[in-house]
Amino acid sequence: MGEAPVISVRGLVNRFGTQVVHEGLDLDVLPGEILGVVGGSGSGKSVLLRSIIGLQHPAAGTIRVFGEEVTSPECDLLALSRRWGVLFQAGALFSGLTVAENVQVPLREHLALPEPLMDEIAAYKIAMVGLPGEAGAKYPAELSGGMRKRAALARALAMDPALLFLDEPTAGLDPVGAAAFDQLVLTLRNTMGLTLFLITHDLDTLMTICDRVAVIAEKRVLAVGSVAELTRLDHPWVRDYFLGPRGRAAAGAQAARIAAGERAVPAAAGGSAAPAQAGGA
Amino acid sequence: MATQAADTGDGTGRPHRLPLEGELTIDRAAGLERRLAEAPAGPLSLDLAGVTRIDTVGAWLVHRLLRDRPGSRVEGASAGVTRLLAEVAAADRPCSIRPDPRPAWLREIEKAGEAVIGAVNTMGAGLGFVGTMLLVTLRTALSGRGIRWHAVSQQMEATGINALGIVGLMSFLIGIVIAQQGAVQLEQFGAQVFTINLIGRATFRELGILLTAIMVAGRSASAFAAQIGTMKLNEEIDAMRTIGLDPVEVLVVPRVIALTVILPLLGFYASILAVIGGGLLCWTSLDIPPATYVQRIREVVPMSDFWIGMAKAPFFGAVIALTGCFQGMQVAGTAESVGARTTIAVVQSIFLVIVLDAFFAVFFTAIGFV
Ligand SMILES: Nc1ncnc2c1ncn2[C@@H]1O[C@H](COP(=O)(O)OP(=O)(O)O)[C@@H](O)[C@H]1O
Ligand SMILES: [Mg+2]
Repeated sequence: MGEAPVISVRGLVNRFGTQVVHEGLDLDVLPGEILGVVGGSGSGKSVLLRSIIGLQHPAAGTIRVFGEEVTSPECDLLALSRRWGVLFQAGALFSGLTVAENVQVPLREHLALPEPLMDEIAAYKIAMVGLPGEAGAKYPAELSGGMRKRAALARALAMDPALLFLDEPTAGLDPVGAAAFDQLVLTLRNTMGLTLFLITHDLDTLMTICDRVAVIAEKRVLAVGSVAELTRLDHPWVRDYFLGPRGRAAAGAQAARIAAGERAVPAAAGGSAAPAQAGGA
Repeated sequence: MATQAADTGDGTGRPHRLPLEGELTIDRAAGLERRLAEAPAGPLSLDLAGVTRIDTVGAWLVHRLLRDRPGSRVEGASAGVTRLLAEVAAADRPCSIRPDPRPAWLREIEKAGEAVIGAVNTMGAGLGFVGTMLLVTLRTALSGRGIRWHAVSQQMEATGINALGIVGLMSFLIGIVIAQQGAVQLEQFGAQVFTINLIGRATFRELGILLTAIMVAGRSASAFAAQIGTMKLNEEIDAMRTIGLDPVEVLVVPRVIALTVILPLLGFYASILAVIGGGLLCWTSLDIPPATYVQRIREVVPMSDFWIGMAKAPFFGAVIALTGCFQGMQVAGTAESVGARTTIAVVQSIFLVIVLDAFFAVFFTAIGFV
């Protein structure tokens, strides 16, 4: 773990009026890892994400992404935004554009590619996230909630970012779709060396694909570690989260998968399997 | 540069060797695509051993070349690159990008047809909307719960109290303009004193109410359409229905009642301010003292002018509110549709107000109420 972190948050403080959401929050995300972020509803996960990508100006603290200080006024957020993709909790697709056009928005903004290539890129991205071909020409209002999530992921992946932020990507997906989503994220990480900041409530996702999990509670990052390490932690909320009935069920399913010979958390796969380097450009 | 052509083909059907080096990424995609297109025709053998970085766009360009030039192959690809190539190959499925394009002439005919059908449907839906509104109003008024007076008072504040400033200023200035122009024209006949008749009769009977209605249409019809339209997009209207709330009762009835009540009040206020504006000009330019001015206004403006103005105003208010709410309810699908419906709401409500005003003018003359 000698490499410099892709994201580094120090002493983050966020307030809304008198409500303090974060107080002295520290967090590192390492290159090529999938970091799961968990916490109760309203614990400030989405606000943390918004702070990291520069949409929310924190009251105090420093945030560095790819070594650049997001919180400083000189930071060129537009240039940085080329290198990351964001999947918002509600999808946030542009309602006036078709799915394919949505995927092409970042391409058009940042690159000058020939039109046919742009269409091909949109087409394979849409296929990659598991949408049927007809979905490309549809408008967001004509899609189901789960399809909208996938379309939003396709847009987040449009620029082949080195860093991907996902806010509850599998919420609202059917279990089969959610599992396929997990596998897709894993493949992308393993082939492209993607770094992922993944907010999720899906215990299966946490156990199958996350290298480390950060628990947000009491206005800070309470603990970071593998799921196994966290379950040994003596904190009531963490215990309830991972060792409650759902946590145990997910852990049981995961143990069965490992027993069946399927690859589970491929810890070091990101670096070795791919010639690509996260944050290299 | 990332790529470098080295043609080692000998024309005997063996693939040309094309080594690709460096980064095959989205930032270099335009150059890489040109490079591959310029490579000699026929099968290629791509040497990927020198590739340091590749992403899905780079992999896609390689995959496309393999697909389009049968017999081509890659050499020296690492495990990761092979996996990425397999990944994009699996994603190579037909996909429609835009809704199917039609010939231009067909589109034009379609557009015309859709416009006609749309107009007819909108008219029917609009009538239905007015009917629903009346029914729901009656039903709620008679039922135990009654009208939502709290919402009505909120709407009265937003559409009435908050409009006092702009409506007042507008009317005051209009009063000055009428007095000024009237004085200039009437001076030619030495009839400057009739400027007062002009101000009094024009504002109470027509302009005070009409201009207020146009201002309120611009302010409130747009607000209603945008509020209700956004709620429709967010599925808030659907949520209301599932909870057992009637959106017409909750959203439309209070707005219609509020504007119906507020418009006469605003119109009267506007007329008074226009008279004050005109009076100020008469005082400063024509040397008519305020006391005389008020005296003359009372003499020359018949009560019928006031009543005609007040009788029209509630209808204007109801039409504006109904148009705004109706267009809000017509929003569907996209954020653009909110904008389009808001525009239509303002244009239509102003148009309808003027049509109604013309109707009232003919009507009151016909019944001899002048
Ligand atoms: N724009 C905002 N204005 C005021 N409060 C906010 C805003 N955004 C978030 N909050 C508050 O911050 C807290 C954390 O929100 P959020 O990060 O969205 O929660 P979650 O962890 O479920 O994603 C919540 O209590 C929420 O009410
Ligand atoms: Mg959230």
